[in-house]
Amino acid sequence: MSNSPIAVEQHNPALRHHFADMEQQRQASSLGMWVFLATEVMFFGGMFCAYLIYRYWYFNEFAAGSRSLDIWLGTINTAVLICSSLTVALGVRAAQMGKRKLLVVLLLLTIVFGVAFLGIKGVEWYTKFQEHHIPGSSFSADNLIKEYPQIRIDPSHEQIFFSLYFAMTGLHALHMIIGVGIFTFLTYYAWKGRYTPEYHNPVEIGGLYWHFVDIIWIYLFPLLYLIDRKPLK
Amino acid sequence: MSEPIVPSKLYVGIWITLLCLTVITAGVSFIDLGPLNTVVALVIATFKALLVVLFFMHVKYASEKLSKMVVVAAVFWLLLLLTLSMADYVTRLWS
Repeated sequence: MSNSPIAVEQHNPALRHHFADMEQQRQASSLGMWVFLATEVMFFGGMFCAYLIYRYWYFNEFAAGSRSLDIWLGTINTAVLICSSLTVALGVRAAQMGKRKLLVVLLLLTIVFGVAFLGIKGVEWYTKFQEHHIPGSSFSADNLIKEYPQIRIDPSHEQIFFSLYFAMTGLHALHMIIGVGIFTFLTYYAWKGRYTPEYHNPVEIGGLYWHFVDIIWIYLFPLLYLIDRKPLK
Repeated sequence: MSEPIVPSKLYVGIWITLLCLTVITAGVSFIDLGPLNTVVALVIATFKALLVVLFFMHVKYASEKLSKMVVVAAVFWLLLLLTLSMADYVTRLWS
């Protein structure tokens, strides 16, 4: 009896009693994460829908607002997130193969990329603050009206673009902050040696979350930064 | 284990492709293609998202059909939200 594979699996301390075996437990946690991510698609979807409607109504203001964003920092930040997704993918692979030190290094690298992204985002927000582009009583689109005399700009419509810009990038940044928190937790337990080739579900589903947040940015980048960059006539 | 270990070379290949596509989408936005600019940007973004979902998120290798169904359902509901909303707003000025 003790030689049968089932008996060995039951002795794995990571197996919860309500699962038949490790594989079922892994599939259940992965499916649960995907269902959560589907609700996240809905969560962000409402904002993407609002964006679409207002972009359709106030295209001029969206085009001018988009031009005022720093395309260099936006592109660099996209690259930073893609690099972090690579370290996550390689990290999950390291966990599958039971390479503890490599896993810790890759998780730490992911955190570094995540913090770098948030830092660059902070610089961009600070510039917007200086330009009075934060929606509210001190909002002003004067510098845009001066800079792009070819575009007809209504300041109240411009404010809607920046409201959506801050709501969408802000919600994304909140997800990044939570992601950095999750990865700090994962790094600690990876260092302690909790994750093995048989049990690394937290690394796997933490990775799914990180990739999802990356995908949101893959869409936010063209939708916010690249609305209308062609030379003005 | 039904969870395959993907060679790291493939991950690096996907990573380089994603970086190239990022540079391309930023560069193309400066060229005047008329309404096609938006189409190109969204096609590139969707292709990048697809690469991440299929390879980095292992959907291509997942044996669980349920996970795949959840992915398709999420995209379907999102498209439903966007198309039906726009069907309203775009047609308001008609007639």
